[in-house]
Amino acid sequence: MHTPHDDHGIAVLLDRTPASPDDLARLHRRLEQASQQAGLLDIAYRTLDTPVGVLLLAATAQGLVRIAYDREGHDAVLAALAERVSPRILRAPARLDQAARELDQYFARTRTVFDLPLDFRLAHGFRRVVQQYLPAIGYGQTRSYAQVAEQVGKPRAVRAVGSACATNALPIVAPCHRVIRADGTAGEYVGGAEAKAYLLGLEAA
Amino acid sequence: MKLPFEQVVAEHGDTVLRVCRAVVGVDDAEDAWAETFLSALRAYPDLPADANVQAWLVTIAHRKAIDIARLRRRQGGSLDDLPERPSQPGVPGAVDFDLWEAVGALPLKQRQAVAYHYLAGLPYAEVAALTGGSPEAARKAASDGIRSLRGTFATTTNRET
Repeated sequence: MHTPHDDHGIAVLLDRTPASPDDLARLHRRLEQASQQAGLLDIAYRTLDTPVGVLLLAATAQGLVRIAYDREGHDAVLAALAERVSPRILRAPARLDQAARELDQYFARTRTVFDLPLDFRLAHGFRRVVQQYLPAIGYGQTRSYAQVAEQVGKPRAVRAVGSACATNALPIVAPCHRVIRADGTAGEYVGGAEAKAYLLGLEAA
Repeated sequence: MKLPFEQVVAEHGDTVLRVCRAVVGVDDAEDAWAETFLSALRAYPDLPADANVQAWLVTIAHRKAIDIARLRRRQGGSLDDLPERPSQPGVPGAVDFDLWEAVGALPLKQRQAVAYHYLAGLPYAEVAALTGGSPEAARKAASDGIRSLRGTFATTTNRET
């Protein structure tokens, strides 16, 4: 006898008749487009494979708001974005097309300057001042924490520059990896020491 | 704390699609799904943190199905008689397809009760709150629906063997 021959069997069959992954993928794309058009896609994200690991890229309607390294825990980063910005978050790669393209070019050494709208809303006060200053440090150059403190007009805020770099929500495009110790060693990095060394090596080559 | 909406879609997208297929039929299910999740995304920031997300989604899907039913009535059809689709014998997955067709042949109240109780796991009291009537009536509609499906499948199986 087939299981569908009793009530329970029919219920089980209904319950185990899943939608195909193709159907759900198509519906997801439809939701991405509809939510974008309706102005409801507060944060779009995607991941990107790079030589420094899988990066999470997230953007508001204003611009790129977060780049996160694997070691930061992408789920935790998305949960924090839901809390601090909006829970209206979807994996929706279209908004990140340009950012992904420019990062690919950067890692292929065919791009030295990023031309992307950036949304610095995750940083406040002095940290934001520092993070917004960072893109002024050119490709292949470095500054010490003290030099950055001076540049932003707070020469005694060296440690605060350090914590601004450590909490940088937009690493690589706001190049905190170009800020190093006064003795010339790389110092700490949100993406780990290895990633910092890789980026400095990439730009020095 | 509220999860990113992406997790809501990942966790409940499948169930909501099956509920939509059962209630409005395979042809209109994707429109109902899309309308449901767009509405849910709009309202999501105001959803209480301890809410039952799946029950909330089913409530929205129920309303969207009624909207689609109104639209179909204006177009001269009725949600009580879903359009028949040509059957596809020999096609892989055709068994699943026949199942949705069999569900589509049930009266609306039975489709709703089967979908909300058996697919979405709502207790009969909550099913009744959506469809109107008593929990006992919802239980009867679901059990009549399942009995009718059982009959359809028994016939189909007998015919084929």
